[in-house]
Amino acid sequence: MTSFNTNTVLIVAAILFVLGLIGVLTRRNIIFLLLSAEIMLNAAGIAFVAAGAKWQQPDGQVMFLMILAMAAAEVSVGLALVLQIFHQHKTLDVDNLNELSD
Amino acid sequence: MPLLALIPALPLTGFLVLFLGGRRFSRNVIAGIGAGSVIASAVFTLLWGIRFLQSPPAGGAWTQSLWQWFRVESLSVGIDLRLDALSLLFVFIITFVGALIHIYSVAFMRQDRDYARFFASMNLFVCSMLLLVMADNLVLLYLGWEGVGLCSYLLIGFWYEKPANCYAANKAFYITRIGDTAMAIGLFLLFKELGTLSIPGILNQAPQHFARSASYSTLIPLLLLAGGIGKSAQLPLQTWLPDAMAGPSPVSALIHAATMVTAGVYLIARMHGLFLLSPMAMSVTAVIGAITLFIAGCSALVQTDIKRILAYSTISQIGYMFLALGVGAWSAAIFHFFTHAFFKALLFLAAGVVIEALHHEHNIFKMGGLRQKMPLLFYTFLSGAASLAALPLITAGFFSKDQILWYAWSAGNGNILLWAIALAGAFITACYSTRLLLVVFWGEAKTPVGKFGGRLIYLPLITLAALSLISGFIEWPHNILHLTLFSDELQQVLPATILQENHPPEFLLQGIAATATIAGIYMGYHWYYPITGRIYRWQAGTRMLAFRSFLLDGWKFDQLYRTLFIQPFLYLTRINKNDVFDRVYSGIARGSVSLNRLFSASQNGSLRWYIAAVLIGILFIVTLQLLL
Repeated sequence: MTSFNTNTVLIVAAILFVLGLIGVLTRRNIIFLLLSAEIMLNAAGIAFVAAGAKWQQPDGQVMFLMILAMAAAEVSVGLALVLQIFHQHKTLDVDNLNELSD
Repeated sequence: MPLLALIPALPLTGFLVLFLGGRRFSRNVIAGIGAGSVIASAVFTLLWGIRFLQSPPAGGAWTQSLWQWFRVESLSVGIDLRLDALSLLFVFIITFVGALIHIYSVAFMRQDRDYARFFASMNLFVCSMLLLVMADNLVLLYLGWEGVGLCSYLLIGFWYEKPANCYAANKAFYITRIGDTAMAIGLFLLFKELGTLSIPGILNQAPQHFARSASYSTLIPLLLLAGGIGKSAQLPLQTWLPDAMAGPSPVSALIHAATMVTAGVYLIARMHGLFLLSPMAMSVTAVIGAITLFIAGCSALVQTDIKRILAYSTISQIGYMFLALGVGAWSAAIFHFFTHAFFKALLFLAAGVVIEALHHEHNIFKMGGLRQKMPLLFYTFLSGAASLAALPLITAGFFSKDQILWYAWSAGNGNILLWAIALAGAFITACYSTRLLLVVFWGEAKTPVGKFGGRLIYLPLITLAALSLISGFIEWPHNILHLTLFSDELQQVLPATILQENHPPEFLLQGIAATATIAGIYMGYHWYYPITGRIYRWQAGTRMLAFRSFLLDGWKFDQLYRTLFIQPFLYLTRINKNDVFDRVYSGIARGSVSLNRLFSASQNGSLRWYIAAVLIGILFIVTLQLLL
């Protein structure tokens, strides 16, 4: 197994997370929002794996598997919601979906 | 021992039946239940009264504990009834006069829409009043006290469609409440001092206790006196009684003449032990009685409403009772209550007949000539008025009032000033009784006389007329005939009257009193006999008219209270319309509304905005963590 620098991996994870965050903040289409959220989850997963590798513990990988399962569940529910939203509002633009405002 | 509880329980049953099912019964059934319950009570009272007199119970009283009402720490209050000579007398008047008035009401209220409500309220009144006089402890007495106040309110406002009647009912309720509050405070102080509220307990313990610590020995009787003043319409709380005449005539007869308004007299006589310990409270009682009897008598002289004349006369006669209580002539006060109940109830009932026969005409100057039209009514009214005027030797009113006049000077607390006022009052009483009689029954008829009367109307009138003539014969002045059945019986409960050492001879005072009465009758005749009628020429002067209107308004007490209490209160409410204390609460409300606006502006429905807010929050927390 090639050795690697934990810091480098964490920096990659941070960059990924920020990318996802910027996606969430700037995108207007809900599907892209969901994708960006996935990217952020993956960034967190990489950070877990890196941390598990650094301390030689299996917990990091267990956590990553859990994030994977959770992401799958989230996407399935999220996509179902997206379908419903599109069905009712004929749009996927979050800026137009502000019915819960005061 | 008889079942005492039966006496108040019968009217209570009558009340409950009529109250719950009144609308479903026919008028005959309602009359049967309403009057029957009180008549049954009266019959039981008569039977047991005879038994009481024949074989007096040990200790001079029958007592009966029904059940425990409540118990707090050392205070245990039971529904305990007690019948001794004093309460027996009151029970007798309440049930017997009450029964007569109920019989009268059966015919009098026949046409009224709310027949059942009337009898329900009357029965409740009789029950409360019986509880008041039969109570063995002051808490139960207070229950009856408030019960009769409630019934008085209900019956003054009986014809509630007219706003003036409701106003009168409210006024009676509020003003008596002032006295009731004082009395409640008196009861609290009594319990604090003596640790008991049972009447025999108080009377037993009070002398030793207040000999040791006299701190409240004057305040407590004064507070009880204030309660009595409110209920008995004495100065300065007398203003409600003339307005209370808004109720039906039988109500005025029973509640506002014969029984309820004498509750104050009963209370003071019951608590005589406390009053005897405080010479000041006794003097205050006597002075209040004397002033009231004079003031109210003067007002009665100029009233034009037949019922208001009688109302002021009632205030004045109760003033005599207070005067007698105050000078220590206990049994004389109760004796005057006894005769007054008969003749005043009679006068009110007769006035009711007059008013009905003249198609609801209250003004005596629009009446006249009833002597020929209604002779039976005239003779009953005559005997009542003669008794009120205290016509010597042949009327009951003479015997009782003469006794009070005699004791007003010669009893322990009496003095010549009290006697002089009482004598002036006797003169005025005779004068206005004559005026009332002459104006209503002589002269020419000014209003067509309708048909009104019947056996049920006249039976009570004749009974009461007979009683108001003969009931005085059970107690004679000592110097005429040694027959004092009444005071002998009351001696078991009330202390004997102590005479001053050098008092004037009794026959002299009697002579003066009789002369004053006859002079009063002559003055009334002189002023008001239709042929001479000097008063009509008198009335022209403006100063006279001003004085007359001053008396007509009851010495302007209503106006005085309006300026002293009502207007300042209204002024305060007006400046306080934007309530000062309300500002705090409306400030809180306004603050929460603006906070609500602020936060609801942040809820703009934009998902991105939320995420950014979450991010900022996280960054903030993380920064804090790093910095600290």
